[in-house]
Formats: sequence, structure tokens, C-alpha cells
Amino acid sequence: MKISYTLNGRAITDEVTPAQPLTEYLRSRGCLSVKRGCETSNCGLCTVLVDDKPVLSCSTLTARIDGKKVETMEGLQEQAAEIGGYLADEGAEQCGFCSPGLIMNIIGMTRELKHPTEQQVRQYLAGNLCRCTGYVSQLRAITRYLAEKEEA
Amino acid sequence: MSQKYVGKGLRKSDAHALTTGQPVYTDDIAPAGCLIVKVLRSPHAHALITDINTDIAKKVPGIACVLTYQDVPQQRFTMAGQTYPEPSPYDRLILDQRVRFVGDAVAIVAGETDEAVDRALRMIKVKYEVLEPVLDFHKAKDNKILIHPEENWVANCPVGADNQRNLCASGQEAYGDIDAVLSGCDVVLERTYHTKANQQTPMETFRTYTQLDTYGRLNIISSTQVPFHVRRILSVALGIPKSKVRVIKPRIGGGFGAKQTVITEVYPAIVTMKTGRPAKIVYTREESMIASSPRHEMEVTVRIGAMKDGRIRGIDLYTLSNTGAFGEHGPTTVGLSGHKSIPLYSGNQEAFRFRYDVVYTNVMSAGAYRGYGATQGIFAIESIVNELADVLHRDPIDLRMQNMVREGMCMPAYYGEVTNACALDRCVQRVREMIGWDEKIKPRVLPNGHIRAVGMAMAMQGSAISKVDVGAVILRLSDDGTYNMLLGCTDMGTGCDTILAQMAADCLGCRMEDIAVYASDTDTAPYDSGSYASATTYVTGMACVRACEELRGKILHQGAKMLNLSEDAVEFDGKRVYALEDDTCAVTLADIAYSGQCNCSDVLSATVSHSSLVSPPPFMAGAAEVEVDPETGHVELIDYVAAVDCGTPINPNLARVQTEGGIVQGIGMALYEDIVYAADGTNLSNSFMQYKIPSRLDIGTVRVEFETSYEPTGPFGAKSIGEIVINTPSPAIADAVARATGVRVRTLPITAEKIVRGMMEQA
Amino acid sequence: MFTTQNYVVASSLDEAYELNQKPKSTILGGCGWLKMGRRMMSTAIDLSALGLDKITETETYFSLGAMVTLRQMETHAGLSAYFGDCIAACVRHIVGVQFRNGATIGGSIWGRFGFSDPLTLFLALDAQVVLHKGGVVPLSDFVQMPYDRDILVEVRLPKRGQKAVYLTHRATATDFPVLAVALCRTGEQTVCAVGARPQRAARVAREPGESAQAFADRCAQVLSFSTNLRGSAEYRAHLCRVLVRRAALALEEEGNA
Repeated sequence: MKISYTLNGRAITDEVTPAQPLTEYLRSRGCLSVKRGCETSNCGLCTVLVDDKPVLSCSTLTARIDGKKVETMEGLQEQAAEIGGYLADEGAEQCGFCSPGLIMNIIGMTRELKHPTEQQVRQYLAGNLCRCTGYVSQLRAITRYLAEKEEA
Repeated sequence: MSQKYVGKGLRKSDAHALTTGQPVYTDDIAPAGCLIVKVLRSPHAHALITDINTDIAKKVPGIACVLTYQDVPQQRFTMAGQTYPEPSPYDRLILDQRVRFVGDAVAIVAGETDEAVDRALRMIKVKYEVLEPVLDFHKAKDNKILIHPEENWVANCPVGADNQRNLCASGQEAYGDIDAVLSGCDVVLERTYHTKANQQTPMETFRTYTQLDTYGRLNIISSTQVPFHVRRILSVALGIPKSKVRVIKPRIGGGFGAKQTVITEVYPAIVTMKTGRPAKIVYTREESMIASSPRHEMEVTVRIGAMKDGRIRGIDLYTLSNTGAFGEHGPTTVGLSGHKSIPLYSGNQEAFRFRYDVVYTNVMSAGAYRGYGATQGIFAIESIVNELADVLHRDPIDLRMQNMVREGMCMPAYYGEVTNACALDRCVQRVREMIGWDEKIKPRVLPNGHIRAVGMAMAMQGSAISKVDVGAVILRLSDDGTYNMLLGCTDMGTGCDTILAQMAADCLGCRMEDIAVYASDTDTAPYDSGSYASATTYVTGMACVRACEELRGKILHQGAKMLNLSEDAVEFDGKRVYALEDDTCAVTLADIAYSGQCNCSDVLSATVSHSSLVSPPPFMAGAAEVEVDPETGHVELIDYVAAVDCGTPINPNLARVQTEGGIVQGIGMALYEDIVYAADGTNLSNSFMQYKIPSRLDIGTVRVEFETSYEPTGPFGAKSIGEIVINTPSPAIADAVARATGVRVRTLPITAEKIVRGMMEQA
Repeated sequence: MFTTQNYVVASSLDEAYELNQKPKSTILGGCGWLKMGRRMMSTAIDLSALGLDKITETETYFSLGAMVTLRQMETHAGLSAYFGDCIAACVRHIVGVQFRNGATIGGSIWGRFGFSDPLTLFLALDAQVVLHKGGVVPLSDFVQMPYDRDILVEVRLPKRGQKAVYLTHRATATDFPVLAVALCRTGEQTVCAVGARPQRAARVAREPGESAQAFADRCAQVLSFSTNLRGSAEYRAHLCRVLVRRAALALEEEGNA
């Protein structure tokens, strides 16, 4: 099946296996920031943005990005480094395997919510599992990032 | 030695790469064109393969090889990543005719694509003689059904193992006359506590790729905590010399002990040996849940004897541990259930006894999980002390202050070691203040009927395995006056690549960015046991400090030679060697380094191995505030506070995050994590859908503080932190729930249903 | 993951319906469930191009197209203005925002899953489904119907001044419910739907004058419960008594306020 979409700002037309999960498709296109942590939609590691909305690429069929705007961390390096810096200042990335998915969802959140409360942040990011940190350092980092972003 | 870096909460040196999604993990760097390797798994808990037909599977287009038990070496080995000779019995083959749990490996298939391999897996025809399994670990010892009847089963160490009795290990030790002491006590309590198997669930599942290098050697690139053990285990399993094996560890997406066992390495390795081609295996989450290395399920029975005045005089502890189908880490984890629980009450201890059995059953093999048996023992000891406080009508904190181990005390149940550094008393007092213990000790009923209450626990662990673990560092001066540091330990996100550079920079008086760290590659790194047993900061850290000292000496020597002075007439300030009498008479570090490259027979480098005769325990206290809905039994974790004595925290940020992370893993263990098997031995907890780990909505606040002490045998006074942090939540939360509801849950997890049932039984 | 020989983005419901008559055809929802199976399909039918991703409001009902995501429901101003928090409450705990951006209400209702949160609430709200051939069918009938080869096009939430409360018990915040309870009052009528028993949700009507506890006890008595990984039948019956009573009291309080 032939699809056309934009990947990190570049228009792409490609012959794809329609029912291939977007995770594996994007990795095959060199977007290796996209990780897979499970097969049951529970971990959030594979989060990418489709038309600005965070989605689980593991649960998205490649056919369904036809005509859409797809963003991975490869296309959001500057913002990733900025948010990543706040995480790193807390040590909140630890093994880092869940960091791309988390940061992609943080970016999705900032595009959707203005001035989220701490509870809203927890709710929004609840689908991003992390086994290393216990989340509290991440919350400290995100709270600081959001506050300083607002000030700027 | 000035401390510019040690003690600072610095960013990890790999943080940028990790947070911007760079391709640094095993699967990211595997070459295109790797054969895809998958494993056919047993649907039966216990069976013999009577016939296995792979003819059709082999004909599937794109299939490179299909291997069965007939194709593998017959030398048994253990997958436990431990120092040789491993205490874990040699009870494995890469593939065996006997399958011992649902999910056990039956065949290995390698092919060009996922689809081809999946097809071939479906085409393998297996006939089984289904055998009765042993699924209840209470009934395993001396059962007529044997899990390992094979004759080439070997226990390398005297751990009390006997395959004819389903025993992976058994033993006992004692100090004083426990029966006499207990019979002289005013109060003797006996209780049994049951902790379940739990999954570590690092976010990166198990994965490995293998290839032959220019010299025809097997290269294994793997997400592992133990590269050197992988090298040895694979050479035994494959029957090839160690010189033919090289193991490289890239970034690891979490370990927590899971990757201290060789879970995936053998499969692509044997494929590469058979086909000569690069091969890769990436476990699904399901495989990682059903065929991995979870925590040993243990049932711990404790008798504790105390006087009315609160003195705890004796502890008698028996642990029954379930090692599952294979013995990985079975003989060693059980030891910690006694050695790292009983000594917490060394204060007035006159006697102890510790007995244990570790049994084989037909469930997935257990392995190493953060805490490594201490977690299980501490749940029992801390719970019974909380129950004892109730019986004695004592505040549990006061009772602990009266009996706990303190600095300078001998711990008979901990190999007679003396605590050089122990701030446990301060940790407990700190936690008392942090949680507001004295105001909250009485449960409070909220207007909505929910009940708030607090509970607490103490914990200890070790710092490396004394007289066993080896940490090592190679430090080299490079030609521009910067350094290369080669490590054999394995940063799994915990930050050892960073903290060892912090230490080295302070020791050498240079900038951290002047030290290039590389880890870990068995061809270039010095031998290091690996990162487990809370060893790296303590043991490899000490190796680092000593390597820096040695290299400083060589730099001084070379500088003095260049200045035509004697060594005691010069000093090294990190940038240059100068004359003490005239500091304008100097030679720069870069010049010293260059001098080592021209007409010089001395290498400016140091290789230092370090091992420790003692394993100084870190200590901590933790307290939980819970809110229980007494009608549904739901437990909401409001607040968790902890005070940790890890000696000197080298990087307080990383130490804090490790603590927070370990506590939240402990919260999961306490409240819901449980590997559940169906009656036929099928693992029902086979995904993140059925095995729930905490999400960020499942925790309230977690607050961590440090009570520092100074451990003279550790680098900069440091002890360990990696494991101890998981040990307090289960007993602390169980205690808080008991205080709120009157229900003591002694079998984890503390589910809402158990609380409701308990309350109904009371009513 | 499922596999399919053909993938068709349907250009009309009739086309989709025709394709779906073949035995190995499957209509795709959000694919959160489908992707976990190993189904081998001949044709996968994608309804994405049919404009079914909209929530619209008429005089008498809200219409939720089959491809409306759970997240759209959760954040829809009109739904929350009319029904209050219960709509968001019934999806808020489902995995995470990213999942809810993909999961569709059509998939969720068509599956008639026992653990389904929306099914439980929608039963209580007296929702209807619109099937391409079968027309408008009350959800309470639809849950009893066998899986057939029709297509669920739309879910309708009638506007009858319902006041609803949605309560669940879960082991963790983003887990399936151990028990799910929706109570809905429409005029003088109160209906309770209990899901995750773990069987599909079923309804019980409150009798006039029946106290909250009596109603809750009766629900626990007339409904069947069974045991799975998440809880025993007895515990679920107990939860039913607690949650139905609480929901009934919450509704009464709301009525008094």
C-alpha cells in the first residue's frame, strides 16, 4: 500500500505493509528513538506525535499515518535536549530507555494543555511507565520545566 | 584531596544521548541483516520431548537453522552471573529433552525475517510425554517427582544441594543456644510470612546480538550486568575456549538484577556458531515475563523472643525458598534472608538460628532481583518486630531504638562483622520526624470514613560480596594530559560511569571532562565481577581511588625525572609537576604524557583490582502513611519517607533517584505485584496488562533524606545504595495497614481483597 | 500482531459492509485489542475515511461516530456540560492519554468486553447503537446479541436529563476495574449497570422507595459474579454492595443540592 505523510517535516511517499505497527516501521526508517517496551499498549515507550497528538506507535497501523504529520524525537532534538536537561539535572532519566517516549508525551502535553496542575501532569503522563526512577524526580523536573517555560 | 566533584549532584555523562533518543542500546546498534532468532516454548510445566520434527520448519523460505536438544553441547551449566565456582548448580543445557516449566525452551529458530521465523515456529511438530509437575513449593522437598533427575547435574559448591530430593540448597547456622534463650524469654512470637515472586521489569527487555569478528571470535553484544560472567558461561555452554569469546555491553535499559542472569545470550550465540552469521534475539515483554529471572518466592517463619522490658534476645528463622525450574541464584539469595535481617537486632541479641531449604519446582527459574533475599527476610523480621511491639504495648520505634544494631557493634548473624559506620539510629529518628510519627501513630478516621495510619521498617544490605567480588579500573594518561578510564563494571542507568569519573577527577585534581570513560568490553576492560550485589560504588570505586593513587605516583616519578629532581622534591597539582622549592620549575602534564610516547619504556597507566574483606551494610529506615478505604480495602499511599545511610553519597542526585525508584518498586511489591500461575502451571502474569507495576498515579509523595556516615573501607567513605532501597516498603505498608484496620497481612501482596476479608473475619 | 492479505480504506459504509461479509474480514477499530491477537485476516477494513470521528449534538441525543476516540469523549465540552463528569470518569483510568487517542468508542462498544468502562456507563445512560444494517438498537439489547457481520456506525447518548455517577475499584490507577458501577437517574427512574463482574455489564432498576443499601444488596444478589486474577466472586459481590450504595447516595446528594 502506498502512503504519503510527513515525517519530522519531510514529505514522504512510501510503499508500506499497512498492518505493520508504526513502531517497527519508524525504526526501519531510522527513527531509533522510538522504543518498544511491551505488546499490550501499557508502557508508553513508543509514543510519537501524529497530527500533534501523542499516540502509541505500537498500536497505530502504518496505513493510518497516510496524509498525516508524524513527529518523532529525531525531529524534535532541540526541545528534547531542553526537557532532557531538566530530567538530567534531577538524575531522572536513569537508564534512559523510557525517556524518548516520556519526553514525546511531555511535548504532546504542552501542545494540548495550558498551565496543567500537578495532578493533570500525572494524569497526562500516566501511560508512560518507568521502572528506574519511581517518577518523583521526573515530576520535579517537569514542574520546573513548565514553570521556567512559563516565565520565559 | 579536595572534593570538587564527589558529593555533587551532577548530570550523568550519558544524559544527553539518553534523553535525545540516540541509538545507543543493543537493538539500536545491531547490524542490519542479523538473523532473527526466536525460541519455541513448552506448553507444559513438566514433560519429556519424545519426538520433535523440524523438517517442514527448516524448509520455510528464509530459515537459516532450527536447533533442538539434539544439536546442543551436553555439558550442563548455570545461567547465574556469579563468580566461579558458581554456588548455583550446573543444571541447564541450552536445550534439554526435559522441559521444566511452561515457557521452557524447546527449539531455537533463526531466519531472515520475523515472519519466516514465526512461520517456522508453527511448523515444528513436538510430541511430549506429559509428566506431573511440582507446582506447590511446600511439597517439593523429597517429592517422588524429581525436577532434575539427570546424572550430569552438578553442584560445584557445598551448598547442601541434592537433586534426588529437589533441593537446590539447604543448611543452617547458629550462634548461642537459641532454644535456651527463647525459653527464658517473657514473650515468644512465631509467625510465617510469605513473599511472592516479582518481576524486575526493566523497560528494555532481554536482548543480545552475536557475530564473528575478523579473527573468527564470537562477539556477544548484550544488555547485561555481567559481561565477564557472560563470557565464561558462554564458553562453558558452547564448549569453546574463553579466548574465542568477547562480550560488549552497550547502554542498558535497566537491570535491577534481571540481567545478572544469562537469559538470552545462548540463543543467538549458538546460531552464530552454527551458521557463522550475525544473529539477534529481542525478547518480547511476554517472554520477559514468563521465561526470565524473577525474585525468589520465600516463606519465612520467625520465632522471636523478648523480655517484657523490650529486650529482643533471640531470633530463630527458617526460610523455604522457591528457585523454580533451575537453580540460578537459589543457594545465595536464601542466605541474605537471614544474614541481612537478623543482624538488624544485634543490640541485645544473645542467640540466633537460621535454617533454610531451597527447592526446585516446575515454575520459571528465579534469579536476582534488587534486595536478593534480604527483601524477603526483612519483610518477615520487620513485620514480626512490629507485631511484637503490639504485644508488648510499645511504640515500634522505641522498641527498635532499644534493640537495633549501632556503630561499633558486632553482628553475629553477619559473619561477625563489626559496623564501622552505622547511622541507623539517626535514620530512624529522622524518619520519625519526617512522617510526623508521634502525631500520627494513632490512626485517624477522615470524614469520608477512610482511615489514615503510619507504619515503619528498617533495613540493611551489604556492599559487595566480601572476599569474592572484584572491581577493577585501568587508568591511562593520554598524550594531551587527559585520561582514559576503562571499566569492567556495567552502568545500567545507575550512573557508575559518571560517579567513578567524579571520584577519579577529585583524586587526580583534573576536570571530569578530562576523563574519558569506557565500559564495558571484556577485551579491553579489566576483569570486574559486574554490577550487582551493591558492589560497584564500593568495590570498583575503591579500585578507582587506588588506580588514581598509583598513576599519580607514576606521574610524579616521570615528572621528577624530567626535572632532574627526586620524587620527594616535587608535587603534582593535577596540571603539572613542579619543584617544591621553586614552583616555576615545572613540567606540564601534557609534556609528561608526551614523554611517555617517545624513548620511554614506562607506560603511564595503572591497573588496579580491588576486593574487600568486609561488606559494610548500608542502613535505612522507611515510613509509610496510607489511607485505607475500609469498605473496599483500597490502600492509597499518601506519603513515603526514607532516611538512608549509604556512607558518603558520591552523587546525591543519583543516590536519591535510586532510592525513590527502589521504594516505588517496593510499593508495587507490597501492594499488587505477584506472579500468578494457573493450576496447570501457566503463567498468568505474562504482560504489563496482567502484571501491574506502579504508574505515576499510584504513588503519593516519596521523600528521601540522607544520614551520612563514613565507611573507612569505602571510597570517600561510601557504602552501597543500589539494593537496600527496596526493602522497607512491604513491612512499613503492612504495618500501616494493620494499624489502620487491625488486619495483619502476612502474605504479599497486601491486596484490597485480603484487607476486606481480614476485616470481615474480625467482625 | 494480526496479519492481513488486503487492507482496504473503505470509501462507503456499503463497501465496508460488503467486504465484511467474507468470513475472514475484520472491521478495524483503534486496533488496541486486535493487535494483541494473531488473527490472520483476508481483508482488514478501515473506516477512517468515512467521517465517523465526530461527536455531534442534536435536539434529542449526542451522536458519537464509531471512530471517535476515548480521548475525544473525555475532553468534549458538550458531553461534559450535559452529563457532568461521568463521561470523563469512565475513560480517565484507561491506560493513558496516548492509548485513549487511539482507542475508539466503536471498537470498545462492539467488543462488548466484560471489563469495558464505557459499556457500563453507556448501559446506565440507556445508550443506543446504530448498526449499518440493523439500524438503531438499544445498547441493552446489543450487549445480548451474538457477534455478527454488521457494522457499528454510531453510538447515541439520548438527552433525557440523566444524572449519572460512575464508580470503580481498581488495584492500580490504570488497571482494568475489579468492579465498575454506573448509576443513572432519569426522572424518577434509577438504573444501575454493573460491569467487570468480570462478565459484561448488566442492569438492575431501582425500585421506588428502595433505600440505597437495599438497592445495592439486591444488585449484589441478582447479578452473577465470578473469579479471575483481579478478584474473587465474593469480593466482587461485596464491592457491588459498597459501590452501588455509594453511587446511589451520591446521586441523592446531587439531587438534594
